[in-house]
Amino acid sequence: MNERFAASARLLPDYLSQHVLLSAAALVLGFLVSVPLVVAASHNARVRWPVLGFASVVQTVPSLALLALFYPLLLALSSASKHVFGHGFSALGFLPSLLALTLYSMLPILRNGVTGLTTLDPAVIEAARGVGMTNRQRLLRIELPLAAPVLMAGVRTAAVWVIGGATLSTPVGQTSLGNYIFSGLQVEDWVSVLFGCIAAVALALVADQLLGLIEVGVARRRPVKIWFGVGLLVAGVAAAGAASLASGSRSSYVIGAKNFAEQYILAAVMTDRIKKEGYSSTARVDLGSVIAFRALASNGIDAYVDYSGTVWSTVMNRHDSLPRLQMLDEMRVQLRRDHGVLLLGALGFENAYALAMRRDRAEALGIRTIADLAQHSPDLRIGGDFEFFARPEWRALRDRYGLRFRQQRQFQPTFLYRAATSDEVDVISAASSDGRIKAYDLVVLEDPQQVIPPYDAIVLVSPARAGDPVLRRALEPLVSAIPIDLMREANYMVDRDTNRTQPGKAAQWLESAIHLN
Amino acid sequence: MISFQHVSKSFDGGRDFAVRDVTFSVAPKAFVVLVGDSGSGKTTLLKMINRLIEPDQGAVSVAGEPVQSVAAFSLRRRIGYVFQGIGLFPHMSVAENIGITPLLLGWPKPEIAARAAELIDLVELPRSYLTRMPSELSGGQQQRVGVARALAARPSIMLMDEPFGALDPVTRDTLGSEYRRLHESMELTTVMVTHDVMEAVILGDRIIVVRQGEIVADGEPNELLVEHPDAGVRALMDMPRRQAERVRILMQERTQRE
Repeated sequence: MNERFAASARLLPDYLSQHVLLSAAALVLGFLVSVPLVVAASHNARVRWPVLGFASVVQTVPSLALLALFYPLLLALSSASKHVFGHGFSALGFLPSLLALTLYSMLPILRNGVTGLTTLDPAVIEAARGVGMTNRQRLLRIELPLAAPVLMAGVRTAAVWVIGGATLSTPVGQTSLGNYIFSGLQVEDWVSVLFGCIAAVALALVADQLLGLIEVGVARRRPVKIWFGVGLLVAGVAAAGAASLASGSRSSYVIGAKNFAEQYILAAVMTDRIKKEGYSSTARVDLGSVIAFRALASNGIDAYVDYSGTVWSTVMNRHDSLPRLQMLDEMRVQLRRDHGVLLLGALGFENAYALAMRRDRAEALGIRTIADLAQHSPDLRIGGDFEFFARPEWRALRDRYGLRFRQQRQFQPTFLYRAATSDEVDVISAASSDGRIKAYDLVVLEDPQQVIPPYDAIVLVSPARAGDPVLRRALEPLVSAIPIDLMREANYMVDRDTNRTQPGKAAQWLESAIHLN
Repeated sequence: MISFQHVSKSFDGGRDFAVRDVTFSVAPKAFVVLVGDSGSGKTTLLKMINRLIEPDQGAVSVAGEPVQSVAAFSLRRRIGYVFQGIGLFPHMSVAENIGITPLLLGWPKPEIAARAAELIDLVELPRSYLTRMPSELSGGQQQRVGVARALAARPSIMLMDEPFGALDPVTRDTLGSEYRRLHESMELTTVMVTHDVMEAVILGDRIIVVRQGEIVADGEPNELLVEHPDAGVRALMDMPRRQAERVRILMQERTQRE
C-alpha cells in the first residue's frame, strides 16, 4: 500500500503539470474563441441558433469519442501539411486533446455569455445609446461588464468540465492525471486509480474556487479579488510549466505502449535499456492498438512492441495465413516500403488471440478445440475485450468454425478473466502470454484449422529512428531473448490478485531473468 | 432649433403609421410638451430628434442641420435625454454616471469631476452621493441623477420621455417644477413627452396634442384650455380644468365655513 502510494506520488509532478497545462490551454483557447461568438450571437438571432446548437451537439458527443475523433482528423491534416509545407506535426497527444477539450469548454461559456448579454435591462441599453455611446463603447463599457458575472459562472463550469475531461486524453497519448486511472484500471492498482481521481477532483476544486473568487470580484467590482484570483491561477500554471520543463517530459526517446500489463512491462524494459545507453527516455502508455502504429509511422513515438498478427490484419489488411517466418519476412519488407517503419525483430514469444474456457467446464462439455466449441456455441456465452469482436480474427474464427453464441459481451481486459471464473461467460478471448491463464486454471482451445495467424511480439521502430544507432544498441539485445514462460511470469506479477508488482519492478525482474542487467 | 418637415414613420412596412406627415418646429428656449394617449406616436416623434428612431420619410433637423448629417452617437452627445426607465448604469457610481458623456467626449478627468459636483448641487442631492452606486438611491433620487447625466455635457436641447412618470405624485411635482427652473436658468430648449395633461399644462410653454400619428392641436396651454374645435382635444384639456375647478370649489366651501 505505502509502496504503491509512493510510486503514484513520484509520478505526480509530471502528470499534474501536464494536466494543468492542457486544461489551462484548452480553457484559455475556449474562452478566446467563445467571447467573440457570444457577442455575435447575442446581437444576431441568426447567428445565435447555429452557434448554441453546435455547442450543444458537441456536448452530447461522449468526451472520449470527441478526443478519439480528432486523432484521424489531425492525421489527415498533418499529412496534407506534409505535402504542402514539407513537414507535418504530431497528430497524437497534446493537439487532439487540446482541440477536443477546447470544443468541450465552449458550451457553458457560450450559453452563459449569450444569456448574460441578452437579458440585460433594456433601459440601461437605451440609456447607453442615449448618452452617445458607439456600438463598440456600449459593448465594452456597459454590456460586457454587466454580463461578466454570468459569463464567469460559465467559465467556472467549463473549467470543471475540462479538468475532468482531460483525464480522458491519456488514450490519445497525452500525459494527464488520467494515466493513473487508465493504467491503474488495467493492472487493478486501485491505489493508482484513486490517486488519479482524487488529484483530478482536488485540481478541479482549486480551479473552481479561484475562478469563483474572480467571479465575485467581477460581480461586486472588487479589483483586488479579481487580481488575487488571476494571480494565483497564473502562478499555478507557471509552476506547472516549470515542473513540466524540469521533469524533462521532452525526452529524447519516446516508447509507446498499448493498454495492458505486458505492454507496460516491455515499454519499461525498452526505456530502461535506452537510459542505460545514457539517453533520456519516457513511455507513452495506454495508446489504442491502431493509434500506436499510426503514431509510430508519423514519428509521434520512436518505438513500441506490436504483434505480427495484429499488424498483418489491421495495418497490412491481409487476411491470408502464412507460416511464421515467411510472414515476418514479408512484413519486414512491406512495412519498410509502405510506411518507412523498421521491424527490428521478434522478441521470442507470441501473444496470440485465443479462446479460453474454465478447465472444469471444458472437460465437462468435452471441448478441446474450437471445432468442438462450435458444436456447443448456441448454448454458450462469449466475452471479449473491447477490440476483439471488431477484429478480422474473430470474424475469421466465427465464419470458419461456424461459431454462433447465445450471448456476446465486452469487458475490460481486467474483468474479462474474472468473468470466465465467476461464470458470467463461458468462453473468453484470451491472450496466450497472459499469466492469468495458468493462474485461473483456464484452458486455451486449439485452433486445428490455424485460422488465427501467428502473433509474434515484434519491435517496430519509427521511420525517423530507423537508422538510429542508440536505439539499435539498446533494443537489439531484446530480439529473440524473451521466452513465453518468462513473459507470462512477468505479466502475472502485475496482473495477479494479491501481492501485485508495479510494471517497472516486473520489468527489472524480466531484464535480470534474461541476463540483461 | 428643431424642425420636422413632412416626417412619416411606420414600424410595419407601411400598413400603419406611427407618425404620418408631421411638420412642426420648436423655437430656441421653448418648453414644448407632446401630449397624447399611449400609441399616439408622441414618443416616436421625440426619439426621431436624437435618432433613436429614424424617419421613413421627411426630414428632421436640429440647429438647421439635418440630423443625418452627423453620426448618431455624436448627435446624441449634444442632446440631453431623460426617460421613464431612467437607465442609470448599475456598475458605475453616481459620479461616473453623471460624467459619462463628458468622458465619451474626451474631457480631462478633473473637469469631469468638477462638472459632476456642480450638477449634483443643481439637482439638489448631497455631494456625498457622488460615490454611491445607483442601487443605493430611491427612485426620485435616481431620476435626479438621470437629469444631471443628461445635462452633463452642456447640451442646449433636452429630450424628456415621461421622465417622472414612474415616480410618486409628490416627487413628480417637485422634480417637474425644479426641472422647469433649470430649463429657465440654463436657457434650454426642452421637448417633453407625457400623457399627464396636468403636468403638460403646468410645465409647458406650448402643448402639441398627437393622435394616431398626427398633430391635432398645437398652442399655448391657455389657448388650448378655451374651447377647441376638436372634440377629442376639448375632452383632453377639460380634464385639468375640471380638476382645478373642483379643487377651487372645495377651497371655497372651506373658506365659507370658516
